[in-house]
Amino acid sequence: MLIQRSSDVPGSEITPKSLYMNRRSLLAGAAMLAGEALVGGKLLDIISPATWAFAATKLNYTAGPFGTNEKQTPLQDITHYNNYYEFSTDKYEPAELAKNFQTRPWTVRVEGLVNKPQTFDIDTLLKMPLEERIYRMRCVEGWSMVIPWIGFPLKSLLDQVQLNSKAKFVEFTSLYDPKRFPGQNRNVLEWPYVEGLRMDEAMHPLTILAVGLYSDVLPNQDGAPIRLVVPWKYGFKGIKAIVKIRLVERQPVSTWTKAAPNEYGFYSNVNPNVDHPRWSQAKERRIGEFFKRPTLMFNGYGDQVASLYAGMDLKKNF
Amino acid sequence: MKPKYLKPIVFLACLLPLGRLGWKALNSALGANPIQVITFSTGTWTLTFLLTTLSITPLRKLTKLYWLIQYRRMLGLFAFFYGCLHFLTYVWLDQFFDLHSIYKDVWKRPFITAGFTAFVLMIPLAVTSTQWAIRKLGKRWQALHRLIYISAVAGVVHYIWLVKKDVRTPVIYAIVLGTLLLYRIVVLLLGASPSVVPLRVRRSPMSGD
Repeated sequence: MLIQRSSDVPGSEITPKSLYMNRRSLLAGAAMLAGEALVGGKLLDIISPATWAFAATKLNYTAGPFGTNEKQTPLQDITHYNNYYEFSTDKYEPAELAKNFQTRPWTVRVEGLVNKPQTFDIDTLLKMPLEERIYRMRCVEGWSMVIPWIGFPLKSLLDQVQLNSKAKFVEFTSLYDPKRFPGQNRNVLEWPYVEGLRMDEAMHPLTILAVGLYSDVLPNQDGAPIRLVVPWKYGFKGIKAIVKIRLVERQPVSTWTKAAPNEYGFYSNVNPNVDHPRWSQAKERRIGEFFKRPTLMFNGYGDQVASLYAGMDLKKNF
Repeated sequence: MKPKYLKPIVFLACLLPLGRLGWKALNSALGANPIQVITFSTGTWTLTFLLTTLSITPLRKLTKLYWLIQYRRMLGLFAFFYGCLHFLTYVWLDQFFDLHSIYKDVWKRPFITAGFTAFVLMIPLAVTSTQWAIRKLGKRWQALHRLIYISAVAGVVHYIWLVKKDVRTPVIYAIVLGTLLLYRIVVLLLGASPSVVPLRVRRSPMSGD
């Protein structure tokens, strides 16, 4: 297994950019908080150190397993070409619209069929042992990237709440706040965004909750402060800005499945042999490359996950 | 009155979308997925030119600027021009001449079938756009060129079907097209001729009709 650190992109190219972005978010945050203080008198928020923590930048992490040595997609593309319907249905707009998105205070509630339901503060979660996972990301639209995520296995969070044996699925919910998410003012999708995994998928070592990428905290437009990454599934399964994780007995209905059940199934495993009803999934365009490349079964993670679906008809369970 | 020198100005203006794309390409300003941007831009401009072409007849009737008819052919040919660029982008940059994959796409994917139909129907219109063909075909010319209605409908359907969820923009195209087609239906029901054969204009180009 090849484990590689982000050697493709020189530090000189990344660091100034991220510092620049953080400085901007710091200033913007300060301006917004000052405004709020004048209007709503939230003075405590300003002097509380937690408010400022998000602007303090680099994460401590170790190299994790399953990393690919493929060329990593530049930060500029990861942060300026992505789907985030809570901000906009346009892939170029979230970068600008998410600039002032506030990720503090932020908690993640873990509840449902567990013996010890808990509410985790985001800054507590950032202190979990973090790993870098360089994963391929395949969007259902036919493009892909290689992203050096930083996060921790979802399993290590679920282990802390003592799962009830009745729990068969995990249901994730994004933040619902149309004031902060302009896209939620329109009913393009049913808000809040909901996603789900089967228990064995959720506990799989490949499945992580990401809190950063390229050695920094997650950019707002990529799902800050915490998002799901399941590299063998299409990108839309990677729910962003998670506020609730609920353990349930019955299979949750994902937002995209609700929107178009014949196009987006619950599993949504990357599969070149099962086309989207409106376009082929046989090939993909890796961002930054000219020619399309063949899409791999389970996005190339078949060795790790194919056994989860042994005996299942993947055409039916798309 | 018809402004002088308008024709070359309109002609150059019609090339602006292409110029803008070229300029962005040279400055690496096409973003993370340049081929998608080129495909999208040439596609929407094809539709825009088709709708502009279709709006000439209602416009000249409503505004009594009868000389507008002289721009219909040019606009229609620009629709075909951008349609060619769009098709070429798909065949060359997107599929890289993978004929098998293109064949499957055209037959299996309704949105590509619709787009392909819209493009193919524009070919006879472009071919018969010469003065010679108009004279040669006589009355049949107008009948043939009614294919533009089908082409435009197929083009808008192509756009609506390819969008994942947010159909706001394609629906705007659909509303404009619907209005332009409705105008013709109303005129037809009222018993008047919805358009004027270009021959008449040709005979007396300066008369202002």
